[in-house]
Amino acid sequence: MKVFHPHLIDRRLRVARLAVWVTAIVLVLAFFRAQILGHGKYQLQSETNRLRPIPLPAPRGLIYDRHGQVIAENVPGYTVALLPGPEGSLRATLWRIASLVRLDSAAMERILARYRRAPYQPALVLPDAPFEIVSALEERRLTIPGLIIQTEPKRSYPDSTIAAHLVGYVGEVTEGERNTTRWAAVRLGGLVGKDGLEREYDDSLRGKDGVRFVEVSALGRMVREGGAAPTLDPIPGAPLHTSIDLDLQRFIAKRFPAGQRGAVVALNPNSGEILALYSAPGYDPNAFVGGVDPDYWRGLNENEAHPLLDRAIQARYPPGSTWKLGVAAMALKRGIVTFRTRMPIPCRGGLQYGNRFFRCWNAEGHGALTLSEAIAQSCDVYFYQLGLKLGLTSLLEDANEWGFRTRTNIDLPGEIPPEFPSGPEYYDRLYGPRRWTSAVSLNLAIGQGENAQTLVSMVRMYQMVAGDGRSRTPYVVRPVGAVPATTFDLGPDQLEGLRQALLAVVEQGTARGSRLRSLTIAGKTATAQNPHGPDHGWFIGFAPAEKPEIVVGAIIEFAQHGAAVAPLVTRIIARYLGADSIVADIRLLLPADTAPQSQQLLPGLAPRDSTSIDTIRTDTTRGVPPPRNR
Amino acid sequence: MASRLREIDKPLAGVVVTLAAYGLATLYSAGQTDVPTLVATIWQRQLVWLALGFLCAVVLFRVSPRLLEWATPFGYGIVAFLLFLTLLVGTGAGTAAATKSWLAIGGIRVGQPAELGKIAVILMLARWLAERREPAATLRQLLPACVIAGGPFLLVMLQPDLGSAIVYVAILFTMLFWAGTKPSLLLLLASPAIGLILAFSTVVWGAWIVLLFGLLLLWRPYVWEGLAVMLANVAMGVVALPFWRSLAPYQQNRLLAFLNPEVDPRATGWHVIQSKVAIGSGGLLGKGFTDGTQKRLAFLPAQHTDFIFSVVGEELGFVGVVAGLALFVALVLILCRIARRATDPYSSLCVFGIAGMLFTHILENIGMTVNLLPITGIPLPFFSYGGSFLLTCCLAVGISLRVAWESRQSGYAEL
Repeated sequence: MKVFHPHLIDRRLRVARLAVWVTAIVLVLAFFRAQILGHGKYQLQSETNRLRPIPLPAPRGLIYDRHGQVIAENVPGYTVALLPGPEGSLRATLWRIASLVRLDSAAMERILARYRRAPYQPALVLPDAPFEIVSALEERRLTIPGLIIQTEPKRSYPDSTIAAHLVGYVGEVTEGERNTTRWAAVRLGGLVGKDGLEREYDDSLRGKDGVRFVEVSALGRMVREGGAAPTLDPIPGAPLHTSIDLDLQRFIAKRFPAGQRGAVVALNPNSGEILALYSAPGYDPNAFVGGVDPDYWRGLNENEAHPLLDRAIQARYPPGSTWKLGVAAMALKRGIVTFRTRMPIPCRGGLQYGNRFFRCWNAEGHGALTLSEAIAQSCDVYFYQLGLKLGLTSLLEDANEWGFRTRTNIDLPGEIPPEFPSGPEYYDRLYGPRRWTSAVSLNLAIGQGENAQTLVSMVRMYQMVAGDGRSRTPYVVRPVGAVPATTFDLGPDQLEGLRQALLAVVEQGTARGSRLRSLTIAGKTATAQNPHGPDHGWFIGFAPAEKPEIVVGAIIEFAQHGAAVAPLVTRIIARYLGADSIVADIRLLLPADTAPQSQQLLPGLAPRDSTSIDTIRTDTTRGVPPPRNR
Repeated sequence: MASRLREIDKPLAGVVVTLAAYGLATLYSAGQTDVPTLVATIWQRQLVWLALGFLCAVVLFRVSPRLLEWATPFGYGIVAFLLFLTLLVGTGAGTAAATKSWLAIGGIRVGQPAELGKIAVILMLARWLAERREPAATLRQLLPACVIAGGPFLLVMLQPDLGSAIVYVAILFTMLFWAGTKPSLLLLLASPAIGLILAFSTVVWGAWIVLLFGLLLLWRPYVWEGLAVMLANVAMGVVALPFWRSLAPYQQNRLLAFLNPEVDPRATGWHVIQSKVAIGSGGLLGKGFTDGTQKRLAFLPAQHTDFIFSVVGEELGFVGVVAGLALFVALVLILCRIARRATDPYSSLCVFGIAGMLFTHILENIGMTVNLLPITGIPLPFFSYGGSFLLTCCLAVGISLRVAWESRQSGYAEL
């Protein structure tokens, strides 16, 4: 019993107690470390375990035209997604629902590839599910773990192709875009504007996505849909009010010759606001909503007409005779000529300069013309000499100063700058020093040569002449603060003279076919030489000539001659100014007026029976200028 | 009987009843999940086992230590036979389906003899050690004790059930310690196991051999014994690799995951990671009784057995954990006190062996939930679901209560 002597046993008891206490303290410290010190970390991990965030997309801001008509809106749509989980089980679920939602293996791989990029977000199966599929899935919800069906606002463009280039379209944000600061805050799979106004004003249109949480079990099954954690509501995007006149835009789209390529820009010369911007051929921006169909996308890209190209701001054309207005304005500004100045050599169908003969478009010759007449007749011989008189240096200097080398900075993405020499050294580089003569200024003076302008750039020059002589930056959405404008030192009488000369183009010049009875339209045609086929036709006009309210420029590719474009532009102008209702008014007011002449008012418009006035459109209620008969 | 009840050791009974209630409540909570689970009503079955355990405790409380001492060899023989039988006809269950831990009659699993074996080994060791008049001076004198614990240990190892087997080793060492064996001798006895563990690195193992050699020179045991110890250690270094390879993959993974749970967070490390997340997310006051999300959503594995203490940590927080730990510490310390006051060596050794067994279970089970110790699936007394172990604990409590009563009857006054 020696070993169990109380003294010895007490010693062992102390050792045992010490061991118990040390162990207890170690355990308490371990729990203290995990539960008190590491609480935040483990709390987060536990929440990450059980909660799956599901983005609630913010409705994009609506886009309105100037009268409050909707250009882009949101309609309810359904998305079908699966809660994230191991890829294997996701694949199995996809196989199970493949026949229901009509997935092929390629689509399945796309879904999985997208899921791998964002493994903590629901795997989007159908971005825009039709109602039958949604109800079919709902019936089988219990057998499809992790199924999320959500109503999400879906972008819709009621006018489809009509305003496609203007409004653009939306699409899923790309990796590259998310790496830029502008779109860094957009979640993977979020929608951003891809083109047009949607892209330009994406920051305000986009809004802010919300998020809701669902609770899942360890096996990835949804246990609770709501109430697991507070929901963060999305903040809708701000509406966008544009200066577009949707009726005019529609009219342009309707009147634009079918199957032709080209563009039309209409703007208000007194403010620079764009009234309409149309490019043909167009595309359907609705097709991009919820992911573009690969076949449609390939079709757009392989189409040799390049429907995605906005020909108003993304295509350059030799400006041709429309340019002559600019040359005349430069010469007037520098005081080299007046409207009555005649050139030393009258037009005999061409001009011998050095060892070359420069032709006038009219081989019969125009004779001796004043500047006004030369603009009206578009006489090349006159402008050859004016170009020489102005001199290459001045011509390049003024054109550069007037912005014929830079973008107009219209608030639409993707505008390309026009091409124009920056100065005489351009020719040194092109041909070598002293290897070129001032003959280049002959070409430049008539809008040929090393000069290619965008439609919007040319329209801006006509806006300057039609307005108060200040060149305004065109815009679709009124910028905050003043619209940037540059003045070019043309006197009011000089501007008036140029307008009168352009009036003569429509009144008695090359655009004779489109002379309107009720309106005074001023404008300029041009034929841009195209080495690849038939020439392109230009027409830029404005009205009413004495106090312009609208400038419309149009280019139609392969139209042969600008005179073919003029009827389109005059119709657009007449439409905008309410001229078709004026016709009706006149008839109504003056029933004794000579009816057969009415078709001349609006060439191309089917002559109407004077008894059918009650069928005439009544939506042209805007302020119309007083009818003018000449 | 009434007088006996009044003379009962109230602290022990109180702590055990509180622990049983706490454990049952936790087990009830463990069944409250958001996903379909088989353990939803398991607390009711545990209640039945508890009632059965109470009866067992009462019966053993009525049994005098002398009768127990007399019956010990028979009990030990029966348990050894059952363990042997288990190896032949045993079945697996639950998370360890591949092992042979269960005895089944007609397809119904009756119990795990390995749990009862713990009590049998404690009693048998107590009987043998109580007969020694002198503390063991040589390793050779410890050999019978090693055989008493080693037999069931080997049988359990062969099931294989590493966790329970380790408990046998712990029982052996705590009882040898209580019997007054010199620490140096205990170290020499443990040295082959230490050598086995340290063999993961040749350098460390070499250092251990050198240290052991120095200790042998210092303590000067018999030459033969010193030689045997050295040889055993060298042999362990040699067999370490084959032994590692002979472990089942889940056993290897458990040890690897203990060293670094992130090795395989989806599979082996999952248990440890999710248990720590459950405990850590509980914070100071916990998520509320039955409201632990890790448990509710089945992120916490084996929440009704091995990781039941994680449920306490998640739902009742640090406060609940400290309360639980305090109860366990009280239990072990009360048992130590009873062992100290026992009337005879046999009773004293029995109670201290019981304290050692419970302490090992508590340390290993709770330590594993916070990744202090590697995962070995051994249950937490009075918390984990499991009839055999609950019965074992109740038997142990019954014996302890009787021993406490005896010492009180014999006039052992308060110190």
